[in-house]
Amino acid sequence: MEALANNFQVLFQGLALGSIYALVALGFVLIIRATNVVNFAQGDFAMLGAYMMVAFLVGAGLPYWLSFLLALAAMGVFGLIFNYGVYYPLRHRGFLPVIISTLGASIFLQNSVLAIFGAQPKRLDNVIQGGIQIGSVFLDSQYLVILAVTMVMVAFQYFFFEHTLLGKKLQATSQDKDMARLLGIPVALMIAITFIYSSMLGGLAGVLVGPVLFVSIGMGSIIALKAFAATIIGGFGDVKGAIVGGIFIGVVESFAAYYISVPYKDAYAFLMLFLVLVFRPQGFFGERVSEKA
Amino acid sequence: MTTKTANPGETRGAVPRTRMSPWLFLVIPVAIAIPLIPFFTEVSHFVLSMFMQTTTYAIAVLGMVVVLGYTGQINLAQAAFFGFGAYGVALGTVTYGLSFWVSFAIGIGTAAVAGGILGLTTLRLGGHYLAMITISFQQIFDLVAVNWIGFTHGPDGIPGIGRPSLFGKPLDDDRHYLLLCALILYAMIALVWWLPQTRLGRAMRGIRENELAAEVVGVHTLRVKITAFTLCAALGGVGGGLYAGGFAYISPDNFNFTRAIEFLSMVLLGGVQSPFGGALGTTLLILLPEWLKEMPPALQFIKDVYLAIYGLAVILIMVFMPEGIWGLLRNTWMRFRSPPPVDTSWVQPLELGIAVTETTPLLKLENVQKYFGGLRAVDGIDLEVSRGTVHALIGPNGSGKTTTLNVLNGIYKPTGGRIFIDGVDVSQKSPHERAAHGLGRTFQNIRLFPSMSALENVIVGAQRDNNPIGKGHRALKARAMSALQFVGMAEKANTIVRSLPYGHQRLVEIARALAGHPKLLLLDEPAAGLNQTEKMELVELLKKLRSGHGLTIFLIDHDMGLVEKVSDRITVLNFGKKIAEGTPQDVLRHPEVIAAYLGEPPANAAT
Repeated sequence: MEALANNFQVLFQGLALGSIYALVALGFVLIIRATNVVNFAQGDFAMLGAYMMVAFLVGAGLPYWLSFLLALAAMGVFGLIFNYGVYYPLRHRGFLPVIISTLGASIFLQNSVLAIFGAQPKRLDNVIQGGIQIGSVFLDSQYLVILAVTMVMVAFQYFFFEHTLLGKKLQATSQDKDMARLLGIPVALMIAITFIYSSMLGGLAGVLVGPVLFVSIGMGSIIALKAFAATIIGGFGDVKGAIVGGIFIGVVESFAAYYISVPYKDAYAFLMLFLVLVFRPQGFFGERVSEKA
Repeated sequence: MTTKTANPGETRGAVPRTRMSPWLFLVIPVAIAIPLIPFFTEVSHFVLSMFMQTTTYAIAVLGMVVVLGYTGQINLAQAAFFGFGAYGVALGTVTYGLSFWVSFAIGIGTAAVAGGILGLTTLRLGGHYLAMITISFQQIFDLVAVNWIGFTHGPDGIPGIGRPSLFGKPLDDDRHYLLLCALILYAMIALVWWLPQTRLGRAMRGIRENELAAEVVGVHTLRVKITAFTLCAALGGVGGGLYAGGFAYISPDNFNFTRAIEFLSMVLLGGVQSPFGGALGTTLLILLPEWLKEMPPALQFIKDVYLAIYGLAVILIMVFMPEGIWGLLRNTWMRFRSPPPVDTSWVQPLELGIAVTETTPLLKLENVQKYFGGLRAVDGIDLEVSRGTVHALIGPNGSGKTTTLNVLNGIYKPTGGRIFIDGVDVSQKSPHERAAHGLGRTFQNIRLFPSMSALENVIVGAQRDNNPIGKGHRALKARAMSALQFVGMAEKANTIVRSLPYGHQRLVEIARALAGHPKLLLLDEPAAGLNQTEKMELVELLKKLRSGHGLTIFLIDHDMGLVEKVSDRITVLNFGKKIAEGTPQDVLRHPEVIAAYLGEPPANAAT
């Protein structure tokens, strides 16, 4: 009975962490689909979001919901700057320069935040205090919030992309830029919107995970690596794959940390990544594609 | 070929040698002088260790030049390879009591093997995946170095690392050890500098410029990429081993992801395409923090945001100076000197060495199929192409022509059926193996190596396996020049392909295929985008290849005028199936062919 309860506790934790990976992975996928490049600063969006929250909530002493909205708005503005500063000038130059540029942005962000906030990790409080006790299993409120928000975001995103005009324009842009342009869709604007949305999504993930992990400079990189592993495991550029992959990694990682070894917790995602790449390189949902001659 | 070029009495046939650039005579004395400075003037321990850091880092950065600059593959794990070398020396000399040189060799060997394995993952994964894989590798290295305390001593690191002896004399004096490091660095710079002019180096650059085209003209791309990663990792290992010996102490934070990014920034700043750029970037980024310390107090804050500036600099370099400082200097230098005129007096006429004696078909397709999911792009085609003929494959858009060519070529593996070239079943062979078997190809949307010269492009085609030409660079160059002259592009041999007009690029692409002595040449819409005059020239060229050289050509084109003029036989595809075959006169009047192109009259149409 005790073992079952423990397993349930581990599963719950894995699901919640996996949701965070899924949210960041979703941001990855949207940018991949819009621009065909991976944004290696995606995790730092989460880090930045968490620090914005710290600044508004703890620093300025604003109420929680106002801080939350301000942090998200700030992340939106940041996404726009990121688009024009990091991606836009390199958009015609293949993926390698853009990857390197986003890596540069990642270093810049981490060290700017370090210079402003210092190396000491910050604490964020839970949105709602407490949690639910079922037998010997304790469901932490923040984990519940993370799960709920993730589900809402996934539903929202589905509705947004499938049932709104803007969503369809974004989809058209990601599928065929030239055709979209011919149909009068402002492609550059659509890509800017993608960056804004991805940045907010990353920020949201950071705000949510802040109380669970400490808010630190390096929190983004490790989340991003797992989120990226999730996008590959799920199927490169596949929205459904990002969500399933993220949750899969979260769960496997929690169990492996519980049953095998904690210090190597961060290595399991990479191990899974290797296995998937070797045995099913197209991921769970991806289709095998070959370069066209 | 070799017998002809060996005739000393004639100017014709002697391949001119390439001359060394004069500026090297300036660089070499300076390079020799620098590590000798400490022997003549008093230098602080701090400056010596900065020298040591620069030389050892620079060796690791040279690895980045090979893998990123030459081969165009991202590697974010160079710090891990640096770490393999360092831990090899540290554990070898401290834990296991081995000599420095043995430990050094073990460290380099481990790094090289790890690099090769990482390179192997490029089999299936390019681009983003590779970035991710190398980051993962780097993170796992870091996790193991920190957590496997029993072996690596964990975060405390390893002190008391030994140094080598040379000719029985221990190099305990920092100045002597530094001299050793500098000599190894120079040797490595020379190696990396020489590399691009070699077969391997050209293959690497071909992969960087257009991997698919490189594979198709005969480069074993996977092997070359593995070699590039192995070489890169080994250079990392050399740097790391020397670093460990130099500083006598290492800990995991010397080899983490931040260090990997530092190596990347160094190579980007200096210039990713040249070993001199790599060394320059390393020197600048190591000196920069020291210069910042000298700044006036008002600017001291820069020191605190140093790493942030670093990140910003990476973005700015990518946007404004993608070839780094060295590339900028070189481009400026190039602007003031026009490419040397090409001497074509020695060029031999092109020989394809095809003897049309056999009468069996050169190319045979047996029920070849290629499905993409449910889409039957090629749905069971049987086809024979006779030797010394021009055979055209036509059909409306989406009828499976290019897919057929890609299956023939090995870019796609057939879903079913078999392909024979000269009697050999090549169905399961990779594109480079087919190239080695005498299959040449051009692409619909030209696939050259844009930043290489026309000559270099064609040499990559000439250096395929089993190409029946003499050994060595001179034979390759002679072959490539003959091919260029054949298509009328010999005068442009030294021109960078990107700056050639479209029609000329097509010709260079054909020359690249011809340089490899193809038995069978596949042309994917060779006339697309050419003007009327260029089309006429192309027709003449194809006729010359067929009649004068006995080359078998299999081509796709939409220009029926051209197809009718050059073809001996035409096969028509529609919906992945063969609907007609025969001489141009018959096929182009075939009712089913006309229906496929123009649509059928409705069955119930009023007549």
